[in-house]
Amino acid sequence: MKSINARDIHDSVRDMIMDACRILSDDVYIAFNKAHAEEDSPSAKEVLAQLIENADLARNTQLALCQDTGSAVFFVDYGEGVRIEGGNLEQVIADAMVEAYDKGFLRKSMCHPLTRKNTGDNTPPIIHSHVVPGDTLRIRFMAKGGGSENMSRVAMLKPAQGWPGIRDFVVRTMAEAGPNPCPPTVVGVGIGGTFDLAPTLAKKALFRPIGKHNPDPEIARMETELLAAINDLGIGPMGLGGKTTSLDVKVEMHPCHIASLPVAVNVQCHSSRTKEVVF
Amino acid sequence: MATYNLATPLREEDVTRLRAGDVVYLTGTIYTARDAAHKKLMEALDREEPLPFDLEGSVIYYVGPAPAPPGCAIGSAGPTTSGRMDTYAPRLHALGVKASIGKGKRTQEVRDALMAYKGVYFGATGGAGALLSQRITASEIIAYPELGPEAIRRLTVKDFPLLVVNDAHGEELYAKPNYKL
Repeated sequence: MKSINARDIHDSVRDMIMDACRILSDDVYIAFNKAHAEEDSPSAKEVLAQLIENADLARNTQLALCQDTGSAVFFVDYGEGVRIEGGNLEQVIADAMVEAYDKGFLRKSMCHPLTRKNTGDNTPPIIHSHVVPGDTLRIRFMAKGGGSENMSRVAMLKPAQGWPGIRDFVVRTMAEAGPNPCPPTVVGVGIGGTFDLAPTLAKKALFRPIGKHNPDPEIARMETELLAAINDLGIGPMGLGGKTTSLDVKVEMHPCHIASLPVAVNVQCHSSRTKEVVF
Repeated sequence: MATYNLATPLREEDVTRLRAGDVVYLTGTIYTARDAAHKKLMEALDREEPLPFDLEGSVIYYVGPAPAPPGCAIGSAGPTTSGRMDTYAPRLHALGVKASIGKGKRTQEVRDALMAYKGVYFGATGGAGALLSQRITASEIIAYPELGPEAIRRLTVKDFPLLVVNDAHGEELYAKPNYKL
């Protein structure tokens, strides 16, 4: 067994959240610069220049990259050889999240679905936990904005629709989203599994860095084809037209029932804020 | 496409000369309101109660800002998706609101209201909240503090950078997706 102190987890998770909301990761920053160089349209170039300037400003101040610091989403790989001393993991994550949103000047965005009363401290976090072999604890965080989440969709396609049906559903979802989810977006696609697993796969896919394909060459080819089709829409940065509607498409696939073909599209805005800690 | 420096409150002639695609640098006082605040405003109107600010010539910014770090007037403060306020916007334009600031598409009902009541819909760059906060020099909660980030704030802005997305003549700036929806 490997023992990990709950306090160490708390401090690392807190710092990870505060950093993720302020310091844009290198892959996204590089993608902005690449898109800026490739765009011809002045309005597309102007938006991308502003996003680069925004990232520089947030990195050098205490200002969050975006005021929507999201639902706090976590994916945890909990090694079965790990024991946590002095706390329950989900509670440790929740407490660290509350402290980060307070000390990091991050917006508290969670509310009751019907009364719309704000919970006041961004609780509860949304935690997906998986028990895995080994003695490693990996905690991944995503600040998931509401505007892009609202443009996400899931469909239960007929198996006969196959790849053309999947491709059309993804492209249609992004065409309907238009300027709303703050393009250039990152698009997570989950294919297969069940009604609930497909969107989880789509969300999990968004953790993969921009420019890094799925290791399966067949899925990597799908990613390339979907990205080209989405960028052919011409929606462009902030919907003002241009070559860059999405920065990348990430596909995760899972076997599904012989009757089903679930497909989920999880739309991520350009402020793609993810970070991880490993113990 | 032209560039204008405008001051609040906006007059009809300020708005009617604007065309989709124009750049506007806005200076003066604007008011924040998003989902929950709009609902409260509608309830106040239904009960014929006074509103927290004068609608005539006003500009509403669809934003729920982040808390202000030390030394800042406000935290990160970029636009939220405007479409969620579409159900409320025509009524507010009919009562004197001249402009809203947000991101994303508006319904035909809102575009019709902009034409009928001489209003304009401005886009600000979504996800550039840190950058946009630099053009806000003061922020004060004036209503519904219980809504937290959704409270109505009076903001003082200086050269706040905007694009005209929907004008008072029925035109729209956004690119049409190359897809038959």
